[in-house]
Amino acid sequence: MSEGERASKRTMTPNPKAVVQAASSEKYFECKVEQAVVSAVIQAAAPSRRRFLASMGAAALTAFVAEFLPLKEIAAFAADPVGKPEKTDLSIGFIPITCATPIIMAEPLGFYSKHGLNAKVKRAAGWAMVRDWSINKDVDAAHMLSPMPLAITLGVGSVPVPFYMPAVENINGQAITLHNKHKGVKTAADMKGFRFCVPFDYSMHNYLLRYFLAEGGVHPDKDVQIRVVPPPEMVANLKAGNVDGYLAPDPFNQRAVYENAGFIFKLSKEIWDKHPCCGFAISKDFATQYPNTFLALFRSIVDATHYASNPAHRKEIAEAIAPTNYLNQPVAVLEQVLTGTYADGLGAIKTDPSRIDFDPFPWHSMAIWIMTQMKRWGHLRGEVNYSAVAEQVYRAADCDRIAKELGYPTHQGVMAKHTIMGREFDATQPDAYVRSFKIHSMT
Amino acid sequence: MKTHENGSPWIISVFILVIFLGGWHLLTLRPSFHANGKTDEQLQMMEFNGDIVRAGAGGYIWNPEKMNGVPGPLAVVEKARTELSEAFVIKGTNDHGIAYLVLYTVSRFAGGFLAASVVAIIFGVLLGLNRVLFRAVNPFIQVLKPISPLAWMPLLLYTVKDPKWTAVLVVFMAAVWPTLATTAFGVSSLKKEYLHVAAILQLSWFKRLYRVILPGAAPTIVNGLRIAFGSALVAVVPAEMLLGELGVGYLSWIEWNNLDIAGVIFAILVVGVVGVILDSGFNKLASLVTYQE
Repeated sequence: MSEGERASKRTMTPNPKAVVQAASSEKYFECKVEQAVVSAVIQAAAPSRRRFLASMGAAALTAFVAEFLPLKEIAAFAADPVGKPEKTDLSIGFIPITCATPIIMAEPLGFYSKHGLNAKVKRAAGWAMVRDWSINKDVDAAHMLSPMPLAITLGVGSVPVPFYMPAVENINGQAITLHNKHKGVKTAADMKGFRFCVPFDYSMHNYLLRYFLAEGGVHPDKDVQIRVVPPPEMVANLKAGNVDGYLAPDPFNQRAVYENAGFIFKLSKEIWDKHPCCGFAISKDFATQYPNTFLALFRSIVDATHYASNPAHRKEIAEAIAPTNYLNQPVAVLEQVLTGTYADGLGAIKTDPSRIDFDPFPWHSMAIWIMTQMKRWGHLRGEVNYSAVAEQVYRAADCDRIAKELGYPTHQGVMAKHTIMGREFDATQPDAYVRSFKIHSMT
Repeated sequence: MKTHENGSPWIISVFILVIFLGGWHLLTLRPSFHANGKTDEQLQMMEFNGDIVRAGAGGYIWNPEKMNGVPGPLAVVEKARTELSEAFVIKGTNDHGIAYLVLYTVSRFAGGFLAASVVAIIFGVLLGLNRVLFRAVNPFIQVLKPISPLAWMPLLLYTVKDPKWTAVLVVFMAAVWPTLATTAFGVSSLKKEYLHVAAILQLSWFKRLYRVILPGAAPTIVNGLRIAFGSALVAVVPAEMLLGELGVGYLSWIEWNNLDIAGVIFAILVVGVVGVILDSGFNKLASLVTYQE
């Protein structure tokens, strides 16, 4: 990893002196590359020809080789294997939650600038707003819930626009928070009649809450109410007693404890350990129109996500993203979320370092699971080519290519075995999986 | 009947303010923290959760950083002081000083309101001069007028595809109908003598409009503008909140996001001050065009 970092620094951050002398040093570099190519040609030639070529003299020989090889392009390629970003001033939309940590902290901690971009993060009030900004190109890329790029691509809840999700942001990091008056609740069955909030229809929060309730024999569309409420309003609603609980992104679970309004009933990792939550999303249009910018952005995100994954960096990150410009939250709350040493609201201090973690790899099996749940709850109708959509939206191969380039671990395949509340999910049999649920809202 | 004309009203104003602030302060006072009957474990827990902080000799006090319930006037003053001291600081894309936020809101408001006024007066005069046209169009105006400008927002956002212009258009929608309706009414109920005199003097169409119709209808038009002004001012704050556009409405939203109630109260006060400033400016303008018969 340190090797990778050093390597990327070498190529990404040009030495200021070198920039000043760019014109002359570029020329020098071009010459060097030309010489290397020419000598390689000489080496490769048979001995008799070699003598002939050597007799031609350097300039003539270079011209001769240039007839057949695009020397200028080779020089440009060697000088800058990344390719200059076509567009460096970028705007990236985000929702103020800890899931967006890598996307947000990449601005104050300099991951965008390290990869040659001048990106500013723009805070949105809710997920519908992020979706509209992205579709209308008010932002170049955005932090989205991991089901959203799939939903937008499929045209579920919006006009269909092809989107990519090049990288997952966080895994785990959500929780079911209940109002203090429900301290006696032990199982899903005790929650019949509750009124819950989730941040968006097409969210892991909605699908995990529904899965959890249904496993406990509670039908999410018949036995409880689930409402879409922007995360920031959830704590106030809980405090006022308007809702009984929510499955929400942090910091709003910890914030409920901090406000003495609720307690953390269950971390989302207890439902599905290492489940994806939010992702980094970009329109296919942008990625194809500005391929180098897209790659530089992709690198910044993968780099930042791995940095955030290291527990040693979490305190620094909590301080970097707490100000008004980003999350606008008390540092004490963010620290509890990110370090995993937290008050649960029931009078205990718990320690769970993997309460939230960060891993960019977008497993196709995750996308397929999300689509099975979209079908299960009637968000998605008709036939779906699960693996084709997963392949199109979740850029697993690209993500691994960049991870390798930056010196981070890579993966063997794109399908993982997931166990959700003790039930195995086989991503190769999505239709059978959907049919296996007794509780569903399919017509 | 004897009226009480000799007391100074501002003394009463100050008195009301003092009573209000004093009451507010007393109602939001928090008894100081006592550790009686709490185990060390509970205290540790409260400290970890940021409820209390250590003070000097092993004792605890409530964490002054953490609000509980509605904050008192002192907390709001403190918040206002920090916000105003950074009024011209830009800390990033999402955190601009209060002076900038006021500027954004005022320009958004001014753009929408002025555009709406120009459009509404032009169409209002046309409708007012042509009775048949007025009666033909009136039902539509009556249907469109009561629609809340915010109800247009999703449709505008969908068609315009730009939140900045959507916010301006919401203000436009709020301001256009009252002015249109009253202008048309004012022009159509202009004293017939005025138009007759203009006809006798054989004034050109433009002169008739400029010299007779507009001045004649001015008091009614100004009344319409005043109604439009109020409704546009009401629309601009929620439009900013819903669209996430930087402005004073947005300020109240982000303070709410952080459950910083002192900040919310500060934002409300700023909205009030902006309203007063805009309103007094409007009254100055209005006094230029109104006259006594």
